[in-house]
Amino acid sequence: MATAAHPAAPQVRSHAHPPGFFRSFRNRLRKLIGTDWLGYVLSLVAAVLILAITTALVWQLWTQSALSRAKFGWGFLVGRTWSPLFEHLGALPFIYGTVVTSVIALLIAVPLGLGAAIFLAELAPPRASSWLAFLIDLLAAVPSVIYGLLGIFVMVPFLRQVVDPALKRTLGFLPLFQGPIYGVGLLAGGLVLAIMVVPFIISVSREVLLAVPRDQREGALALGATRWEATWGAVVPFARTGIYGSIFLALARALGETMAITMVIGNDPKIRASLFAPGASIAAVLANEFVEATTPTYISALIELGLVLFCLTIVLNGLARLLILATSRRGGAPA
Amino acid sequence: MITRHRFRKITNAVMLTLTGLCALVAVGAMLAILGFLVWKGAGSLNWDFFTKLPAPVGEPGGGMANAIVGTGKLLLIASLIGLPIGFLSGVYLSEFGGRPMSFLIRYVTDLLSGVPSIVIGIFAYAMVVVPMKSFSTLAGGFALGVMMIPIAVRGTEESLRTVPPNLREASVALGASRTTTILRVVIPAAFRGILTAMMLALARVAGETAPLLFTAFGNNDWSPGWTHPIASLPVMIYNYAISPFRDWHRQAWAAGLVLLVLVLLTNIAARLLFMGRAAEAER
Amino acid sequence: MNSPIPMKGRNEVQREKDKIEKKQRGRLFWVAIFAAALAAGCSSKTTMKKGAESATIQLTGAGSTFIYPAMTQWISSYQKMHPDVRINYQSIGSGGGIQQVKAGLVNFGASDAALDNMQLAAMPPLVQIPESSGPVCLTYNLSQLKKPLRLTSQLIADIYLGKIKNWDDPLLRPLNPGVHFPNEPIIVAHRADGSGTTNIFTTYLSTVSPEWAKKVGHSISVNWPVGLGGKGNEGVTGIIEENPGGFGYVELAYAISNHMPVAHVENRAGKFVAPTVAGTTAAIAAFADSIAKDVRNPIVDPPASAPEAYPISGFTFLLVPTKANSPRQAQALAGFIRYILTDGQQVATKLDYAPLPESVTQLDEKLLAQTVPAEKQTP
Repeated sequence: MATAAHPAAPQVRSHAHPPGFFRSFRNRLRKLIGTDWLGYVLSLVAAVLILAITTALVWQLWTQSALSRAKFGWGFLVGRTWSPLFEHLGALPFIYGTVVTSVIALLIAVPLGLGAAIFLAELAPPRASSWLAFLIDLLAAVPSVIYGLLGIFVMVPFLRQVVDPALKRTLGFLPLFQGPIYGVGLLAGGLVLAIMVVPFIISVSREVLLAVPRDQREGALALGATRWEATWGAVVPFARTGIYGSIFLALARALGETMAITMVIGNDPKIRASLFAPGASIAAVLANEFVEATTPTYISALIELGLVLFCLTIVLNGLARLLILATSRRGGAPA
Repeated sequence: MITRHRFRKITNAVMLTLTGLCALVAVGAMLAILGFLVWKGAGSLNWDFFTKLPAPVGEPGGGMANAIVGTGKLLLIASLIGLPIGFLSGVYLSEFGGRPMSFLIRYVTDLLSGVPSIVIGIFAYAMVVVPMKSFSTLAGGFALGVMMIPIAVRGTEESLRTVPPNLREASVALGASRTTTILRVVIPAAFRGILTAMMLALARVAGETAPLLFTAFGNNDWSPGWTHPIASLPVMIYNYAISPFRDWHRQAWAAGLVLLVLVLLTNIAARLLFMGRAAEAER
Repeated sequence: MNSPIPMKGRNEVQREKDKIEKKQRGRLFWVAIFAAALAAGCSSKTTMKKGAESATIQLTGAGSTFIYPAMTQWISSYQKMHPDVRINYQSIGSGGGIQQVKAGLVNFGASDAALDNMQLAAMPPLVQIPESSGPVCLTYNLSQLKKPLRLTSQLIADIYLGKIKNWDDPLLRPLNPGVHFPNEPIIVAHRADGSGTTNIFTTYLSTVSPEWAKKVGHSISVNWPVGLGGKGNEGVTGIIEENPGGFGYVELAYAISNHMPVAHVENRAGKFVAPTVAGTTAAIAAFADSIAKDVRNPIVDPPASAPEAYPISGFTFLLVPTKANSPRQAQALAGFIRYILTDGQQVATKLDYAPLPESVTQLDEKLLAQTVPAEKQTP
């Protein structure tokens, strides 16, 4: 690395020729670098290592969950009880908790993120826009455990005292907002996730919006559209696929999120209609129970949960990338 | 009766204001997070925090010196694993890769970047902890290193791609080998971009908790060498935040502030570095 | 940067030079950082070597959160006396302690639930050493209550079965005359991880409530009918503290160190007893015969002949593998455990753990001898 960083000053180094063995070593090294294949082989080895690591990961998840897959079959995915004592292990409560919190997160984060992205891409002056985008990008860098910390000590008390009672008063006729208020629960999990995924939606959406050719919006404006109509009617549809991509990306991130969720979801593997009720997510149960699962079946079931989570996020990530790729291609092509 | 024109104008104003509000909320969230941590954390930060070991339950005081060193050691191992592999693979993708192989590597790297961190933890547990018969710094570093790989690969590849092909051609025309060209011409030209990517990768894993829970485990003491359980700031924050002890809550806030400042500073430094490059390229 | 250099004024040349210098300085900075990182790495490597030379013994333990407050005190005092032994104990729950001993990843475990013979068969050879005992208390977050809450075994079972949902329940009132209960839901908290505290508590519920025994059973982790899950005694205490109306079971030291109220529980003799060291000691005394037969027998719901006994208590066991540790580790660990059984008991009593009765201590000494087989081989 250090040699590579100083290409501009080779003469300086050639002043001090190392003597003896050292020199011959240097010459040999120089010859080696002079060959065409060294860089190729080294970098290929690294690339193959990535293949190996990923293969090992999938292989570990697959083989270590074999016991559970054999014992519960597909029924694992729809089993509603999680009782390690009797080895009745079903994944549905965790899948439910994971999906519900992610949906809440998206319901909040998508409008919020899209609105902010439109503002940053279309309205804000470029300089201010890039600074604000920078600040929002930092939001994505905040470690998840810090979201959890703020979740426990700031958000949950606020939910319990202000938001949840208000929701119960106004929307209490819906089964979603009934039952006792704990503060922690599915709603709290969803809210934390929303804040965590918003920066992903904003930064990707902003980029695809900025990539929309100028003619799109100028054409609309020339036809007499207001600013909003031009944006909503001409620019956003053009970038639609990329925005979908950002949403899938956010969803994938929300599904796999662990610490913040573990700290605020309540960790109770039950399926309940109320959003105030505590729940559990796949990632949270892994964080809580993986080190202490005692029977082979129990461990194997937890690893199968990991496998389920892995598959879910892989599919979503793939979709997201395809969509983003599709838009950037179209945006790049001459209109 | 509002005319259609008027209605459109009002919609325009309302919607534009709303988008501004959205941006404000997002930026506000960031500022609120910073504000809360400074407000709650700064009061508990003192010299002891950086120099002392955690105190036994019930005794006030103590610090997190071991966790700070622990995070440093874990990141060192992670960098030693993640950065070379990521960097070299990035070089491969940008400079050598043939079609099917490149596609495969890119696909697999994307796959790896999407794996939830807790699943990486399970993987490292199975691969390192179980064979070594001990929770260890190495296991934690391995987990974090695996998480760094995709970020480093993509950053390196993207930076190298920004180097204009005529630079490579010129070098080869002068009789340099491909390896020399890459080492002496391409990489130096993309150096800042690569460094930025590496720093972002480091910042990304510095705050990870989930993969450490069953690899690095935890330690209330110093961890000698590389084969013993080790404390880290994120895991300490987690353990202290869910504890019932007021004193520990204060420490958790302080640790949160330290961690956040570290991560954000690395991020900002990386981005400034990158912006510097952009400005240079414009000139 | 590499563009052909046009004619330049003096200023420009100077600027260019500055730029190069700045760049070099920048590189120097990175080299310095790299060197520092390297140095840090090396220095910790030397500490490792030093560690090996000066024979510092590293011991890792994991498990019970019940014992965690005492354990941190024991470790801190013991390390002051024996600076060559470094002990790291992580409170990941009794289930975790058992599993990590089984996997051979720790030098010792601690569990509030003794392993039965079937479980033992699946474990590496080990001994279970009861090292302290304590009450599991029921704590709550009701700022309105001035007097301690009074509960019967039936009420506790009903609350945890989800039959009693509100603090305003008519069944609660007659037991607590003069108390005005708020019309608020009872926020039941339980452990999310595998826990010996849970085992003690559910063993109690299974003993007193046939319905509980049939529906839920007793174990280190059960399928709870209601409630919020928290990780560790820490997590459950946290939930109760953070939630007005909260109610849950934790180890007594956690309630006391957080100044939380504890409920008085009715025992077989019909007395409402506070969870105290004395209450647990009385319970142990009442079960003396049973313990003498097998120290793993539960000490919950003592007979009416012990009017002062608190009904929900249990032992914490150290799980010490007899084969897995190196001779040096085994010796050091035995030294630490001997300290816990002797001087350590007073430290624990201050933290509201009940001291071990003489009979159990004697038994422990015998068990402890089994953990250091190396002693006979190397004189």
